[in-house]
This record gives sequence, structure tokens and C-alpha cells, in this order.
Amino acid sequence: MFTFSESSEKQIEKIMKKYPVKRSAILPLLALAQRQDGYITPEAMVEIGKRIDCSPAYVQSVCSFYTMFYTKPVGKYVIQFCINISCHLLGCDDLLEYTANKLNIKVGETTADNKITLLKEECLAECSAAPVMRLNDTYHTNLTREKIDQILDSLD
Amino acid sequence: MKLFLTHNIDTKDLHSIKVYKKQGGYGSLEKAFAKKPDEIVQMVKDSGLRGRGGAGFPTGLKWSFLAKDVFPRYLACNADESEPGTCKDRVLLQKNPHLLIEGMILCAYACQIETAYIYLRGEFYDLAEIMDKALEEAYEAGYLGANILGSGMNLEMYTHLGAGAYICGEESALLNSLEGMRGEPRLKPPFPAVEGLYGKPTVVNNVETLCAVVPIMNEGPEAYAAVGTEKSKGTKLVSVSGHVKKPGNYEIPMGLPTRDLIYDLAGGIRDDNELKAWIPGGSSVPMLPASLVDTPYDYEAIAAAGSMLGSGALIVMDHTTNVVEEALRLAGFYMHESCGKCTPCREGTRWLHQILSDIHLKKGKESNIALLEDICDNMSFKCFCPLGDAAVAPVISSIQNFREDYEELLNLAKAGTAS
Repeated sequence: MFTFSESSEKQIEKIMKKYPVKRSAILPLLALAQRQDGYITPEAMVEIGKRIDCSPAYVQSVCSFYTMFYTKPVGKYVIQFCINISCHLLGCDDLLEYTANKLNIKVGETTADNKITLLKEECLAECSAAPVMRLNDTYHTNLTREKIDQILDSLD
Repeated sequence: MKLFLTHNIDTKDLHSIKVYKKQGGYGSLEKAFAKKPDEIVQMVKDSGLRGRGGAGFPTGLKWSFLAKDVFPRYLACNADESEPGTCKDRVLLQKNPHLLIEGMILCAYACQIETAYIYLRGEFYDLAEIMDKALEEAYEAGYLGANILGSGMNLEMYTHLGAGAYICGEESALLNSLEGMRGEPRLKPPFPAVEGLYGKPTVVNNVETLCAVVPIMNEGPEAYAAVGTEKSKGTKLVSVSGHVKKPGNYEIPMGLPTRDLIYDLAGGIRDDNELKAWIPGGSSVPMLPASLVDTPYDYEAIAAAGSMLGSGALIVMDHTTNVVEEALRLAGFYMHESCGKCTPCREGTRWLHQILSDIHLKKGKESNIALLEDICDNMSFKCFCPLGDAAVAPVISSIQNFREDYEELLNLAKAGTAS
């Protein structure tokens, strides 16, 4: 069973007013469901389908197209590590490996305490401050091993 | 150097409407409302402004293609900045959101549009918050909503966040995504100007393009066209990344020698190394050798040198780089981002990645280069949308300009097999 929280409902009201066609709200609603539960459950897809007059299968087909939607649980913190060319030229592979080793997981996995998920990501559009990663909604730029230590140590 | 977009970008709190207005912000609207919409379109044509997202299509002309007398019309600002190497729009969104709003109001007035969306890539969540705050301020000040400044013009403007898909930067895929579909490109024609968002005439313009309309309105098309070259007018915001001492976003007059951009503005190559390769306009355009570094940075000169200005993302590689490794990295990107709709792109990007991967791992064969060329030939202009051509560019150009890097790895593979 999935229900949108009261604060989500308030946001939904605003979202639905943006578009002349309900279906346009699908990405914002999926994002909202994910913010609420950390990932998107099949039940959430059913509920979203009802809101926009689409079938759950349709919602799933759209959801699966976009890489920022998670359909399995992720950690409290999600690290998106850029591996594209500008970051690669400045050593992101080494830093990604360093981060994975430090967290004792492989890229794509979540730590055993469900705290941190480490993902590799394509260009994050902060190339002139490479290497770059995103930690939940925050960008961290000009990364070094020391910076990564500081960032990871600061997470509660 | 005359700047149009970033001359005041470091003003403290420029993102707030109060500071923006103190800098003369929103001053172009009354000037615009004193003219007829068609006159604004003509001014943008006269300025020579071309789309800053990658294609470089003349902006005024694009606006004039809107289907006549069909309403409602829509404006979609492309803020899905995803082209590897490109981070220029984020500067405008973050530091000067009202400039974009003002530019969008001008476009909406010129094109008789009453609903506008700013499509931001999903990762720009923080920038969407900045934009939303700016929109709120603009509504409160009466620059958005009904009867703007008593002109009779109505305009609603909203942000819309994507969710991680490079292809949504392609205008028709962006529109599909905005309509709540998978972000797959549409068959063109019809072009968005005729049948765009919800099947209605739609303008899709990049952030930088729309921002540039404000100085064109304020200073006049002649002032804008006075900067740059004969066919590439105005200034370009360029993201410089890679092996330079001072990577960053630099606004330059069109036609500045690329050498000046790399060695003066960006401080030269790291550790005073030698320049080996540069990509002028984001990962989707051919990479060029150091010998062409004196090429003026404008649409025509870069095209004559064998590449494209693209989104204005200059990626610099020094002599320690093996270009095959970077081509492989980009092949991985296009493989990941191919939407899967058409076969040459879906299959071709995978083949390119696999073969480049073999060569990089010193498991390549001499015949691999010809095979890469053959696959590229089967993709070029044969894919449904430009993503396929983009995927081909780094591969073909690296073979053409840096064949020795391939041969080095192939020779190592040969030696490894022999021993």
C-alpha cells in the first residue's frame, strides 16, 4: 500500500496545475514518490497511474527509461560519481576505486548498514570543476582523496 | 572585451530580483512591449544570434517558422545540459536566473506564447530550486502572470525536472519527456515549430540562447552583431575542461583564436605539458590535433577545421593522453545513453564500445580499425536522431587524427600474442 504524505499532496496540487495534460506530471510524481520512500515501489506506480489516468504498466515503462529513478532500495546517501571524459582526464577512476575500497563495496552496491550507495554516473555538467560527484542533491567538485575522506567522514 | 552574458555575473546576490533590477534587469520588457511581436523576431534575426545548444541554427529564423495562427503555442527552454564537457548553462541558471526569465518573456512576447517550461536535467535539483524562487519573485513583481506590466500579455512559466537521460537534450525527445513519455526522439518533420509540445507550435531554445535575447533587446541587434565574425555573431560562453591550469566557463567574442582560450584564459596546459588533442564543442563533435589550435573559435572556422562548435565545450588533452582511452570512454557514454529506438544506434554504439575496449585492453587486431570505420559508416546519417552521429564523431576523428595511438596499442597486442 502506498500513500502520498500530506506534504507530498500539497506539492502534487501545485504540480498538476503546471500542465494541460495530466500525464506530464509523471516525472515529478515519480520523483516525489522516490523522495518519500527512497525508491519507487510497484504500489507507488499504481497510485501514480491513478493520478494521471495511465496504467501501472505505462508508469513502469516510463520509470524504467530514466536512470535517476530507483526501483530497489538504496542507501540513505546516494553517491553519483561522474566517470565521463572531463572527470576521467583528471583521474576519476582512481578516486572511484578509492571510494569503493573505503566503503568496502563494489560500484553499484550499498553498504551493509544501508547507509551509502555508490553509483557511477555519466556527465554531471560540472566539467570545469572535475572530478565531480553528487551526494544526494549536493554537488562536490574538484575531488581529491582527502576531500572524499572528509565528505564520507562527515556523513551521519 | 565586450561581454553580453557574464559582465556582471559575479555581482553579489545577482540571483535575487532586487539586485538584478538594480543592474537594469527587466528593463528590456517595456522596450519590447512598445514594439510589435514581429519586430522583435526581426531584431533577433538581425542580431545574427544562433542556437547555443549545439546545432547553431539561426534563432530568429526558428521563431519565424512557427505555424501561422495556430494557438496555443509553447516555449520549452532546454536546460537539460548533458553534453559531456558542457557546464555553461548551469552558471547562468545558478547565478543569473532572472536573465533567463527575462529572455523567455521576450521570446514569448515575440512568438505570442502564453505557457513556458524550463526543462532542467534531473541532477539540477538545486538549480531548479533557485529557478523556482526566481519565478516566484518574477510573479510577485508582475513580470509573469496575467497582463504583464499592463501590456495585455499573459505568460505562465514553470520548471520541469527530467530524471537522467542524455537524449532528452534532443529537442523532440525533450518534448516527449515533458509530455510524460519515455524520452525518445520524434520523427522530423514535423518540426516542433509546427507540431511540438502537445501537438502545438513550440519554440525550443537553449538557456544561453534565450539569455542572449536580453542584451539584443537592450543594446540593439547592431551592437550584438558588431561582436564576432561575419557569420558567427556575438559572444559564446565556453566551458573549458580537462588538462588546463584554469578550467572554467569563459565568455568570448566569437572568432577568438582557440589558442588564446586555452593558453590565456584557461592558463595553458597543466604542468606546462604539450597540447595533444582538443574537442571544440562537447563530446559529440570530432576531436582535433594540436596543430589546429590557432583555429578561430567560431562556427565556420571550426567547421572548416573538420569539427563543430557544438555546445561550446572545449575539452583539452595533453601529451600524456592516449586518445583511444578517451574515445572508449565516450563510446561507453553513447552506449549507455542510446535510447534503443533505432537499430543502427542501439547496436552500433555497443559494437564500437566492444571493439575499442578490445583495442584498449591490448587484445585488438589490425583489422579492428577498418571494422570501426565500417560500423561508423553504417551509423553516420543512418540513425533516427543525431545521437548516432554524435557517437561516431570521437571514434572516426580519433582514427583520422591520432592513428598512432591505435597502432601503439595494436602493436602491443601483437607483441603480447607473439611472446
